[in-house]
Amino acid sequence: MSFYNTSISELHQQLVNGDVSATDLVKRAFDRIEETDDKLQAFLALNKEAALKRAAEIDKAGVADDQLLAGIPLAVKDNILTKGLTTTAASKILENFNPVYDATVVEKIKQAGAINVGKTNLDEFAMGSSTENSAFKTTHNPWNLTRVPGGSSGGSAAAVAAGDVLGAFGTDTGGSIRMPASFNGIVGMKPTYGRVSRWGVIAFGSSFDQVGWLTKSVKDNAILMQAISGLDKHDMTSANKEVPNWAASLDNASVKGLRIAVPEEYVSDKLDPDVREVVEAALKHYESLGATIDTVKMPHTKYGVPAYYILASSEASSNLQRYDGIRYGFRAKDVKNLDDVYVRSRTEGFGEEVKRRIMLGTFSLSAGFYDAYFNKAAKVRRLMANDFFNVLKDHDVIMGATGATTAFEIGSEVDDPTKMYFNDTLTVPVNMAGLPAMSIPAGFSKKDGMPVGLQIIGKQFDEQTLYNTAYVFEQTTDVHKRNPKLGGQD
Amino acid sequence: MAEKIDRQEVQHVANLAKLSFDDQALSKITPQLEEIIGLFTDLQKVDTDGVEPMYSPTTEVNVMREDKGIRSNQREALLKNAPDTQDGLIKVPAIIDESEDGDK
Amino acid sequence: MNFQTTIGLEVHVELKTKSKIYSPSPVEYGDEPNLNTNVIDWGYPGTLPTLNKGVVRDGIMAGLALHANITHKMHFDRKNYFYPDNPKAYQITQSDTPIATDGWVEIEVKGKKKKIGIAEMHIEEDAGKNTHTGKYSYVDLNRQGTPLIEIVSKPDISSADEAVAYLEALRQRIQFTGISDVKMEEGSMRVDTNISIHPFGTDKLGTRTEMKNINSFNFVKNALEYEEKRQQQVILSGHSVTQETRRYDEPTKTTKEMRSKEGSDDYRYFPEPDIPPLDVSDDWINEIKADMPEMPNSRRERYVNDLGLSKYDAEVLTQTKEMSDFFDAAVKEGGDPKRVANYLMNDVNSYLNDQQVDLQDTKLTPAHLAGMVKLITDGTISSKMAKKVFKGIIAGEDPAEYAKSHNLVQLSDPAQLQPIIDDVLANNQQSIEDFKNGKDRAVGYLVGQIMKQTRGKANPQVVNKLLMKSLNAK
Repeated sequence: MSFYNTSISELHQQLVNGDVSATDLVKRAFDRIEETDDKLQAFLALNKEAALKRAAEIDKAGVADDQLLAGIPLAVKDNILTKGLTTTAASKILENFNPVYDATVVEKIKQAGAINVGKTNLDEFAMGSSTENSAFKTTHNPWNLTRVPGGSSGGSAAAVAAGDVLGAFGTDTGGSIRMPASFNGIVGMKPTYGRVSRWGVIAFGSSFDQVGWLTKSVKDNAILMQAISGLDKHDMTSANKEVPNWAASLDNASVKGLRIAVPEEYVSDKLDPDVREVVEAALKHYESLGATIDTVKMPHTKYGVPAYYILASSEASSNLQRYDGIRYGFRAKDVKNLDDVYVRSRTEGFGEEVKRRIMLGTFSLSAGFYDAYFNKAAKVRRLMANDFFNVLKDHDVIMGATGATTAFEIGSEVDDPTKMYFNDTLTVPVNMAGLPAMSIPAGFSKKDGMPVGLQIIGKQFDEQTLYNTAYVFEQTTDVHKRNPKLGGQD
Repeated sequence: MAEKIDRQEVQHVANLAKLSFDDQALSKITPQLEEIIGLFTDLQKVDTDGVEPMYSPTTEVNVMREDKGIRSNQREALLKNAPDTQDGLIKVPAIIDESEDGDK
Repeated sequence: MNFQTTIGLEVHVELKTKSKIYSPSPVEYGDEPNLNTNVIDWGYPGTLPTLNKGVVRDGIMAGLALHANITHKMHFDRKNYFYPDNPKAYQITQSDTPIATDGWVEIEVKGKKKKIGIAEMHIEEDAGKNTHTGKYSYVDLNRQGTPLIEIVSKPDISSADEAVAYLEALRQRIQFTGISDVKMEEGSMRVDTNISIHPFGTDKLGTRTEMKNINSFNFVKNALEYEEKRQQQVILSGHSVTQETRRYDEPTKTTKEMRSKEGSDDYRYFPEPDIPPLDVSDDWINEIKADMPEMPNSRRERYVNDLGLSKYDAEVLTQTKEMSDFFDAAVKEGGDPKRVANYLMNDVNSYLNDQQVDLQDTKLTPAHLAGMVKLITDGTISSKMAKKVFKGIIAGEDPAEYAKSHNLVQLSDPAQLQPIIDDVLANNQQSIEDFKNGKDRAVGYLVGQIMKQTRGKANPQVVNKLLMKSLNAK
C-alpha cells in the first residue's frame, strides 16, 4: 500500500492514537518499495534491518503529541552521509564507502524520530539532470517508465511520486530538487543558501549546494524543512537565522494582493508550448485569487547556464580532488607508482559526466584562463543576483516554469551534454543568487500527459511566502490529487 | 584566451586533474569540451566593467570557532576505510617527486 | 664584473594554538600516528572547515609585531595540488587577501642598521608528514591542519649575513608575541629562500633559484653563500642561471638540483566557498594590541635607560621572551637589576647549557632569584655563599630558608663579632705593632685570622669596620 492520500500530520495522529505503529509504517514503505522499485530503480540501498529496529524502539517508547516526525519513514539521497549505511554519491569511486559520521540533516531527522528506509539514486555526485549518470542504475519516471525522472535527485523524486515514502531528501546545486519535482508532479523546495547545514553532504558546488525536500504535499514539505533548518556549528555558511514554523500558518494563507513577477524569459516561446500553457494557466489561477502579475525582464538569464557551469564545475573540480585513492574509497588495482594511484583510481572511478565537469572546472581555473572564465562568470553571477534582488524589491515572488519541457525519454539527451545543460536554464539562476525556490505541480501536458512544474522563487530567507503561495495553489486545484499509474497499478 | 581547445590542451588539463583519456576517449571529449567552452565564451558579451565578482551568496561574516582542542576518537574507523595502512599510517607507493615535499 | 645579490625569504611559523586552523583536532606532537585527526583532517566527503578564531588573532598579533598593516576585509583561497600528505588535494590559504601587508623589521649587520621590508603575511594550514622506506611512503596526518603563518620578505636582503640577521630579528619578535616557539630545529620555523644576482649598476633582477625547507640559521647562511658564488661562476663562465628549485646538502656544504615535475605549479587558486569572509574590526585589533607582550627592542631600551644595564646585557637578556620575562619579574620582586642580570647571564645560563634545558623547565622562580639577590645586597650571605644557595633555588628551594638550613648565613652582628676580634687581637700583639708602624698588610692578616675563627661566615665589611675601630683604639 502506497503513502498516497495521507500526510505526515495524519500519520502522526494515527501513531499518537495507537491506530497504527511505526513498525506498520516502515513495513508499508518496504512493501511499497518492493512493489515499485523493480520498475523504478529508485533505491541504491535499503536500510531494512536498522529501520525496523528503530521503529520497534519508537513503538516501545510511544509517540508523543509534539513528536511530529517520530515513526515517519523517509528516504535519503545517496550523496548525504549516513553513518553505518553505505553512501556512494552513485559513483564507483565511493562504492561500498562507509561513512563514519551522519550528515547534520540526517542527525536532525533521526533525533526527531523519523526513520530512514534507504538511499536513493542520483546522477553521480549530483551532476546531471536525468539520473542517467548514476554509476549503478537508471531510475525511471513513475508517470511513464520510458522517461527520465529528472535529476539529479531522480531517485528521491521517483520514490515520493510512487508513494514509497512521504518525503525524501534532495540536494539542489542548479535545479536538482526542482527539476525532478517538476518531472514527477511533486513538491520540491530548495531553501535559501545557508538555511540548511551542508555538513555531511557530499560537496558538488559549495557556493550553490543546498539540501531540501521532495514531498507529495506542501505542508509536509514545510514540516520537514523546519526539522532540518538552522545554524550548525559544523557549517560556517549555515545562517544564524531563526527558523519559523512554516506549516503553522499555512491554513490562513492567502494570495490576495500577492505581487508576482513573471520574467519574460521564464515563460518565453523557448518553452515547450504545452508546458507554457500549463504555466500560464497556473498564473491566471493566481490572478483569479487576487494576486497581481507583472511581466519583468531578467536579461542575464541566458548567461545563467554558461556562468553556472563554469563556477559550479570549478568548485566541483576542486571538491572532487579528494577522491584520489589514498585515504578511502576506490583505489585502482595493480598500480605501478603513486601517480598511477591518482590517475587510474580517478579515471576508473569517475563516470563520463563527472570527468567532463572536472575537466571544465580545471580548465576554467587554470593559468591564463581564470580571468576570462572563472572570474568573468563570478561577475556575471553578481549581475544575475542583482537582477533578482531588483525584481524582488517590489514583488513578493517570481514565477515561471521550472523546466522548458516535461520529462524526456531515457537515452535521448545523455550523449549531448550541451543540450542536457540547457535543461537547467530556468533553475540555475536561482542558485547563482542563493534564493529559495520551489517547484509545485501545476498541471499536466496535453501532449504527453506528463506533469509540469511551476517554479516559485522568493526573497532570501522568505520561505514562508513560498510555502503560503504554493499551499494556496495546492488547496484550490486538483492537480496534486492525481497519482502515477506505474504501468497500471495504483 | 583560447576560443578553441585542442587535444593538447585537453591533455594538459587532464594532467592537472589527474585524469587520463586514451585516444578514443580523447576523441570523444575534445569536441564536447570545445562546444561547451564555446558556450562559456558567450560571457565575454556581458559588460562587467566595475562589477564586483560574487563568489558566494552567503550573508554570513566573521564566523569563527573558539580555540578548543577536541580529540575525535575516529582514528580506528578512519584507518579501517583506508585502502592500505601499516602501523597506523596510510600506505602509498613511494613518493619520488621531491620538489613538492614539504611544500607549504 | 661585480654583482649585487637579491635574496627573498619565505618563513613559515607554526602557531601553538590548542586546535587546528580548520578543525577542532588538538595540535600536539609526538603522539602515535593519526591520533590527532578527525574526518576533516582526512578530507572526508561532506566535511567542512571551521575557522579557529585563535589563529586569526595570532595572525593579527604577528602582523602587529612586524609593523604590518592588518587587512580588514579578507577571505581564504584554495591552492590545488595532489600530494599524499594533502588530504583535500587543496590547501586552504590566503592568496588574494593576506592577513597583513607591508611590514618591516630592523636588522644590524656589522654595526649598520637596515630595515627589511615584509611584503605580506598569511595564515594557512600545514600538511601531514610523509616518511619513506623503499617502495612505499607512509602518511601521518597528525600535523595536517596545524596553523601556519607565512611571512614573505620584500627583496631587500642583499647578503647571507643580512638574511640570517633578518631571520633572527623575525624569530625574536614572533617569539616575544608568544604565538609560536619558532624553533627551526623542531620545525616550528621553516625557511624557503630565493636568491638571484645581477651586475652592479643595472636594475633588472637576475634569474632566481629557490631552496626549500632549510632547517638552521647556519645552513641558510652556508646555502646562500654557496649559491651566490655558484651563480657568479655560472655567469662569469658565460652561461646563464636556470630558474629551478635546489636543495642544500650539508655534508658537502653545496646546493644541488632537485628532481621536479613539469607543469605541476598551476595551483588554480580560487576563493574558498566554505569559509565566509572576515571583516576585522578596529576594536578587535586594538584589543589584540593591548594584549601584545612588550617587544624586545622596547625592553632593551628600558633595561639600558631605566635599569642601568649595559647594551650587551640588554641584548643577552632579550634573546628569548622567557629570559626577559623572568628578568622583569625578578626585578619586580625587588631584586637589584644588575645582580639579577648577572645571575641570569652567568649562573643560570651555564646551568641551562649544562643541563640542555629551557628556563621554564627548571624550578627556579623569579621570586627566589630576587630573594637570593636581596640576601646578598643586605649582607645576609656572601657572593661565595650565593654560589651554594643557587644550587638550592634552582631546585626550587626558598633562598632564605636554604641559607639558614645549610648554615650559609654571614655573621654580621657586632655583639657576636667583637669578642672574636678581641680574642684575635689579644693573640697577635705583633700584628698590632706592625699596624702601628704603618704596615697595612697586618690588617689583611688579622681579617684572615678572624675569618678562620668564624669558618668564613663573618661578614667581611662588618669585620673590617670593627677591626679598624679596635686597632685605632689601641
